[in-house]
Amino acid sequence: MSNQHDQHESSHRPPNRRKEMSRRQFLTYTLGGATAYMAGGVVLPMLRFAVDPVLHKKTEGNFVKVVEVSKITDEPQEFSFELHQQDGWYASTASLTAWIRKDESGKIYALSPICKHLGCTVGWNNDKGFPNEYHCPCHGAQYTKDGKNLAVAPKPLDEYKVKIDKDWVYLGDIVPNTRAK
Amino acid sequence: MLKSVYNWVDERLDITPIWRDVADHEVPEHVNPAHHFSAFVYCFGGLTFFITVIQILSGMFLTMYYVPDIINAYASVEFLQTKVAFGQIVRGMHHWGASLVIVMMFLHTLRVFFTGSYKAPREMNWVVGMLIFFVMIGLGLTGYLLPWDNKSYFATKVTLEIANSVPVLGPIIKELLQGGTIVGAQTLTRFFAIHVFFLPAVLLILLVGHFIMIRRQGISGPL
Repeated sequence: MSNQHDQHESSHRPPNRRKEMSRRQFLTYTLGGATAYMAGGVVLPMLRFAVDPVLHKKTEGNFVKVVEVSKITDEPQEFSFELHQQDGWYASTASLTAWIRKDESGKIYALSPICKHLGCTVGWNNDKGFPNEYHCPCHGAQYTKDGKNLAVAPKPLDEYKVKIDKDWVYLGDIVPNTRAK
Repeated sequence: MLKSVYNWVDERLDITPIWRDVADHEVPEHVNPAHHFSAFVYCFGGLTFFITVIQILSGMFLTMYYVPDIINAYASVEFLQTKVAFGQIVRGMHHWGASLVIVMMFLHTLRVFFTGSYKAPREMNWVVGMLIFFVMIGLGLTGYLLPWDNKSYFATKVTLEIANSVPVLGPIIKELLQGGTIVGAQTLTRFFAIHVFFLPAVLLILLVGHFIMIRRQGISGPL
């Protein structure tokens, strides 16, 4: 620091010693730094290795051909389709289902049957006590035709992205419900 | 900041004597490379331990992706090595470290042998060191099978044939290690269990004994 400052203060402070680092402190910093560098070199690659799944770019899912447009009615119907998935080193085909119908304006939409309460599988008209509703057998969650949550579940049923091509319905990624108001 | 945290804990738990006991001890002149450069030979034990720590850490992380199963083992190793970030580095550490541990341990053994450090009163520590040596060899052997490729498969076959050649007990030892009559699914799970649970546990116990004894008896004197 400035010598001027030192001269002013010299009357009641030891001269020149003030800002100097002790040998002990220097060695502590040097050894500590070297140790931290080596430990970092060992541990950081492993941590990056471990968190890799989180940092992977999520790939946009492909659309899967599910059913002819002509088979879709006003009443929700269950269709299953197969999704090829690559899970790390393991390739498999997952069997998914969707409840598809067309609404009053003729727009086709597909609901995911995975209950938004705790992830059981809901069904349309699967319980006599709840006519014309999606009902979850686990804890009695209820949803409307549009997937709007009526009881138990905190959110409406998810939707599949829908694409119509050459009279076929194609389903894509699962997205949050856009219909339930 | 760090210091005040340390002081806060120390006031309550009096931790200073604990680490002092472990870390604060004089390094005699004849083992200090700053005094005699040739004293670097006294570093091999510490280096063995350092690499062992890296082996344990990298091994723990590898098991996040590895499966000990004959269908998936090779695929999982290939996946973690080629698709996971730093997979090549982490598996590389474990792969090269495995050889390096043996090298360092061997050099450490040579140093102990040629400085006569195994003599009284340190005979027990020599014996524990030899046990560590065998455990390390066991770790190397069992780890070698885990990638489940051609090299590891046939290396294990050869090793088991060697075990088989032991008089009288040979066939029993072989079948016990193999977990069946062929080198297969049960051998892989068995070797995996031995590699990640049994031998490391034994190793840690032996290392604690090794270190307690060296602290009790001190480093052997100059030649």
